Amino acid sequence: MSESIIRRTITRLMVPFIQLFALYVIVHGDSGPGGGFQGGVILGASFILYAIVFGSEAGRKRAPRAVTDILASTGALIYAGIGLLCLLLGSAFLDYRALPFEDPHLAGHYGILGIEIGVGMTVAAVMVTIFFETARRNDEGEVENG
Amino acid sequence: MNTPDITPLPLLMVVIPLVSALMTPILARIHRSLAFLTVQAATITSFVLACILLDRVTSGSGKVVYWLGNWEPPYGIEYSVDALNGLVLVLVAFVAAVVSVYAPKSVAAEIEASKHPFFYAIYLLLFTGLMGIVVTGDIFNLYVFVEISSLSGYSLIAMGRRREALTASYNYLILGTIGATFILLGIGHLYMMTGTLNMADLARLLPPLYHSRVILTAFALFTVGLSIKLALFPLHVWMPNAYTYAPSAVSPLLAATGTKVGAYVLIRVMFTVFHPNFDVQVIPATRILLVLAAVAILMGSLLAIAQSNIKRMLAYSSVGQIGYIVLGAALVNRTGMTGALLHIVNHALMKGALFLAAGAIVYKTGIETVEGLKGLGRKMPLTMAAFTVASLSMIGIPLTVGFVSKWYLALGALEAGMWYLVIVILVSSGLNAIYFWRVIDWIYFSPPNERLEALPAGDAPWSMMGPTLVMAALCVVLGVQAQWPVGIAEQAAALLVGGGR
Repeated sequence: MSESIIRRTITRLMVPFIQLFALYVIVHGDSGPGGGFQGGVILGASFILYAIVFGSEAGRKRAPRAVTDILASTGALIYAGIGLLCLLLGSAFLDYRALPFEDPHLAGHYGILGIEIGVGMTVAAVMVTIFFETARRNDEGEVENG
Repeated sequence: MNTPDITPLPLLMVVIPLVSALMTPILARIHRSLAFLTVQAATITSFVLACILLDRVTSGSGKVVYWLGNWEPPYGIEYSVDALNGLVLVLVAFVAAVVSVYAPKSVAAEIEASKHPFFYAIYLLLFTGLMGIVVTGDIFNLYVFVEISSLSGYSLIAMGRRREALTASYNYLILGTIGATFILLGIGHLYMMTGTLNMADLARLLPPLYHSRVILTAFALFTVGLSIKLALFPLHVWMPNAYTYAPSAVSPLLAATGTKVGAYVLIRVMFTVFHPNFDVQVIPATRILLVLAAVAILMGSLLAIAQSNIKRMLAYSSVGQIGYIVLGAALVNRTGMTGALLHIVNHALMKGALFLAAGAIVYKTGIETVEGLKGLGRKMPLTMAAFTVASLSMIGIPLTVGFVSKWYLALGALEAGMWYLVIVILVSSGLNAIYFWRVIDWIYFSPPNERLEALPAGDAPWSMMGPTLVMAALCVVLGVQAQWPVGIAEQAAALLVGGGR
C-alpha cells in the first residue's frame, strides 16, 4: 500500500470517474468510437489502479476472484446467448433483426448494445485476473477460490 | 450456382463447445464433477451432430453452408462443409469425445484440483478452435480459430506435471506464433490482391493473378506457416517436447487432432483456395513438399528408434506419419489424396490409442521409458493388448488401418510414376517395425524388473481402459471394414483433385 496521502486521495477520487467513463464507452459502442473491448479495458484499469495504490490484498477485496471468474464467463455467454437467441427466434446466429423489437434498426441497436456489455464484462474481468495472477508471488501458493 | 443447402448444423459445431467451455468454470463452482461432465456432454453431442452433418453431405447435396448473421458471402462469414471437412469434423469430435471420457482419472492424478475447472474449460476451447478451423469457409475466420486452438494448446501443455512442460510449451508458443504470423501475412497478401476473405470467392478470383509475385509470396507464407503448425520435418522441433511433457490426457488429443487439422488446412489451401494446377505448374510446390515428406518419413522413423521415452518415441513417429499425409496430398492424384485423407483418420486412431495406452501406463505404474515396459504384458494385459494392436497398425500389417492407407499411398505413388516413393514407404515401414517390434518384444518376452514385479497386476480403471480399447479396436475394425472411410475419402479426394465431378 502506498504511503503517500496524495496518491491515495487522488485514486479514491479518480476511480469512480474512470468507471463511469468506462460504462459510457461500453454503451456508446454502437453509435460512436468505443465499445465493449475499450470500455472493458478502462473498467479493468480502474481496479488495477486501485490495487496498485492500496495493495493487491485490498484490490482483491474489491474484485474477488469468485466474481471476476464468473463475470469473465458470463460476459462471453451473454454474447453467445444473444446469438443463440436470434437462432432460436427463427433467424441466423447473430441476426439481430430477429429480436422482438418493432423496428429492425432498434433491434440491431439493442442487440449490439447487449453484446458490447457482454464483451465489456469479460474484458474487464480478464484484465483484472491477468493483473492479479502476474502480481501474485510464486511462493504465496494457490489461494483457493480467494 | 443453385440454392445452397443452409442448415445451422455447421454453426452448432462451434457454438456448442464454445458455450460449454464458458459454462464449465461456473458449473464447476456448483459441483466439481460438473466440469468434466460438461466436457463429455459437449463433445459427445458434437460428435453425434457431426455424424449427422457428414451423412447429409455425403448422401445428399454434397455441400452444406451456414451464413452467420444472415450476411451473404462473400461479405459475411460463411461456414461450409463438404465431404472433406465433414470427415475431419467427425474425426476431431470423435477423438475429443473419447479422450473426454478418459480424462477425469488421469487429470485428477496429474493436475492439482484447483486447476481442474480451467483445464476442462481450456480443453473445450481447444476443441472449439479445432472444430472452427475445420468448419469455416472464411480464411480470416480460420486464422482466428487457429489462434484459439493454439493458445489453448499452449496452456494445456504447460499444465504437465514436470517443470519441462513449461519450456516445451514456451518453445511451442514461439514457433506456433511464428507459424500463425506467417499464415496471417499470407491472408493479408491474398486480401490485398483480391479484396475478399471467402475461400470459395478466393478460388474464383485468384486464377488470373496466379503469376503475381504477391500471390506467390502469399502461397509461400501459407505453406511455411502451416508446415510449422502441422510439424512437417524440419519444422517439427516444437512437437516432440510438447507431446512428451503435456498431461497424459492432452497428448492423445493434440497428437490425434491438432496436427491433423493442420494437414487439413494445408490441403484446403493448396487444393481448394488455390487450384491444383497452380501447385504443379506455376510453382513446383508439390515437388518441394514431396521431397520434404519423403525426408520426414525416413527421419521421423529413424529418430523414433533412438528415443528412450515412450511418449517422445511416439511423437517422433508422428513426424514420420505426417510425412505420409503430406506425401499423399502432394502426389496430386485421386488415389494419393484418398490415401492422405485416410491416413489423417487412421493415424489419428492409431496414435490416439498409443498415447492413451501410454497415459494409462503412467497412471498405473509411473513408467515413462521404453525400457520400463519390459514384462508389462503380464501386469497390464488389456493396456498392452491395445498398445500392441495400435503398434501393428503403425507398422502397416494387413487387416489394420495402417495397411489400408499405406496401400493407397503406394498405389498413388505408382500412379504418379514415382516408384521410388514406394521404396520410401517400404523402408519406413521396416523402420517402424524395428522400433515397435522392439517394444512388443520387451512387453511380452522380457521378464519384469524387481520394481515392476512388486507392483500389483491390473489395468487402469475402466473409464481409461474403455476409450483406449475403443480406439485400438477401431484400428482393426476400420482396417477390415475399410469401405466406409475409403468411400468418403474418395468422394473428398474427387472434390479436391478433380476427375469426379
